[in-house]
Parts: sequence; structure tokens; C-alpha cells
Amino acid sequence: MARTLINAPASARRGEVVEIRATIGHPMETGFRAGEDGKVLPRNIIQTFSCRYNGELVFSAELFSAVSANPYIAFHTVATDSGTLVLSWEGDNGFSQTESLQLTVTA
Amino acid sequence: MTRFLLGLLLSVALGSACAQNTSSQDKRRSGFEDMGATTQAMQKDDALNPGMLWVQDGEALWKQPAGASGKACISCHAAAQSSMRGVAARYPAFDASLGRPITLGQRINQCRQQHQQAAPLRPESQDLLGLESYVALQSRGLPLAPPEDARLEPYRQRGQQLFMQRMGQLNLSCAQCHDGLPGKRLAGNVIPEAHPTGYPVYRLEWQAMGSLQRRLRGCMSGIRAEPFAYGAQELVELELYLAARAKGMAMEAPGVRP
Repeated sequence: MARTLINAPASARRGEVVEIRATIGHPMETGFRAGEDGKVLPRNIIQTFSCRYNGELVFSAELFSAVSANPYIAFHTVATDSGTLVLSWEGDNGFSQTESLQLTVTA
Repeated sequence: MTRFLLGLLLSVALGSACAQNTSSQDKRRSGFEDMGATTQAMQKDDALNPGMLWVQDGEALWKQPAGASGKACISCHAAAQSSMRGVAARYPAFDASLGRPITLGQRINQCRQQHQQAAPLRPESQDLLGLESYVALQSRGLPLAPPEDARLEPYRQRGQQLFMQRMGQLNLSCAQCHDGLPGKRLAGNVIPEAHPTGYPVYRLEWQAMGSLQRRLRGCMSGIRAEPFAYGAQELVELELYLAARAKGMAMEAPGVRP
């Protein structure tokens, strides 16, 4: 289980643009560095991030070796209906982390 | 335009003064004030500060039983929010059983060994830094308050001597840069006054959390000296001197540094 820091409003007015900010603890090992024994450390990065809002994909990103450890991603979406935002990160060695948050939309 | 810029400068200066210094007479500057606006914002916002990931670890470990005793930190110390408030601001402190000063990290390990009967945590390990940052967070905003303990005095003086002592192939002392040239640049970086207000810090260069000792060792290899080992008496003495030098400045842990 990776550690995450997620910041998003719990409620918003319909049509309002909300910002979601997420940090995840991950080494993002590039695959180009040598370890203390001189051998190249195998790559271990997060490859994709996505956010689904009531099942609909509202944001996604591909990450590569150049992204630093503990990547921080911030994005916006329009509050349409009350429901769940599912954030998921997937990466090397079967890494997978999912976090859900509730958003209440008022008229 | 000039007026606007002046106003902007003034508000920045006031904002940072309020954040850092308790008195307006205080000319000391935390490294925080030399950072860019984005890095400052990263430190100030707990939802952005990657150090909070380590704080989460520390909070979990605080409640998790360890060792043969089956006790967790919380079993004796209860809630860290009250019991650990101001504790990190007082370290390094004199330990009567060992007869020498110890750092916060060493204190945590001592507690683990003596009271939890658990193996000590490795210096700079994720778990130890987690606990250190969780404890340090409870002192955020409080003034650094090194203990007025006469037994610490000889160690503090040795720390001061080490600070003034030239070392390494570059034959530089800490004081030459941090007392003599703060605010100037070393390559692209602003030389800070070296006040340990934010430790453990999340350093962007490390892409991780690190202790004050890691920072000191980094500076030592920078001047091409053989760094003292983690936990070495010399590093504890330097920490003591730095704490005395920064006495009264506000704690910022978990800090973010470039």
C-alpha cells in the first residue's frame, strides 16, 4: 500500500470547476541509475494515472522515467452530479493503487 | 509599477517575517525565506508537502505495537498532539543514563530498545524518519528551545569549534559560508544561514525526507571531507551548536528545501 495525500473539496455547486490534487509516495526509479553495487537498478515507475468520476474518465496521464519520486498531480473537473471520484495509479511490477473520494453536488 | 512592486516586496517580507521570526529585531533568516515562491507554497500547504507522507508513516507507527513488550508509542505517551508538543524543539538533549547528549532520532531508538524491547531503527530509514517527522510536526510554530542544561555546555562548545574548524580538501569551515557569506551564491544556490528549523526536511534534490545529519554529511562531502558517521558524537555536537544558534526561531518541520 502506497501512501497518498489527496486534497479535493467534499462539496461543490453544480457546474463549478473543482481542483483535485494528489501526491503518491513512490520511488519512481528511472531504470538508468546504478546502485551501490554498480549494477543498474531495474526500472520501477508509475506508468499511468487516471481519475474516473461516476465511472466516466475525466482525467488521465502517462508518467515516464523523468518524473521525480512521489509524483504530484493536480487537475480540474466540472462538478456535475454527486458521486465518487476514483483515482488510480498503475505502474511497474504490478503496482496498483486506488483511492476513492466522495463529492456532493448541490444545486 | 514601482509602487506595486514595493507593495509586493513588502507583503512578501511581512508574510515571511510573520511566519519565521518572533521579534522584528531578529535578523536571522530561515532557509525558508530564500526559497522560491513555489517551494514555499509546497511547504506551507500540508496537502502539497510531500513530507506529510512520512508524517502519515509516523502516525501509523506511533499506534503500532513493536517489540517483545507489545507496546506502541501511544501506550505510554498517549496522543502525540499533546504529549509530544514542544519535544522536538528541545533536542538534542542530555541523556543521564548515557552521560552524553542524544538527538531526537537516537531518543526514539532508545525508547524502542528500552521500553518496547524492539530492534532500533536504522538511521535515515523510512520508519525512523517517519516517527521523527511525526514528533517534530507537533512542535511546528513553536520556538526552538534548546535546554538550559550545564551538562550540555562542553558538547555545545565542541560543536561550535567544529563549526569554525576548516576541514576537507577544500579546507573550508561551516562558518566561512554560513556565518560569512549567507545570502550569496554557491553555484546556483543561495547560501542559507544554516538554521535547523525544518528538520527532518523533504529535500527536492534527495526526492525524499532526510535528517539534519544527512544534510551535515552532504555539506561535508561537498567540501571533500570524510563525513562523520550517522550518530557520531561530532554530528550530535554540531546539532547542539546549531540549535543554540537558532534558539527562538520558529520550528517548521516537516520543511521542504530545494
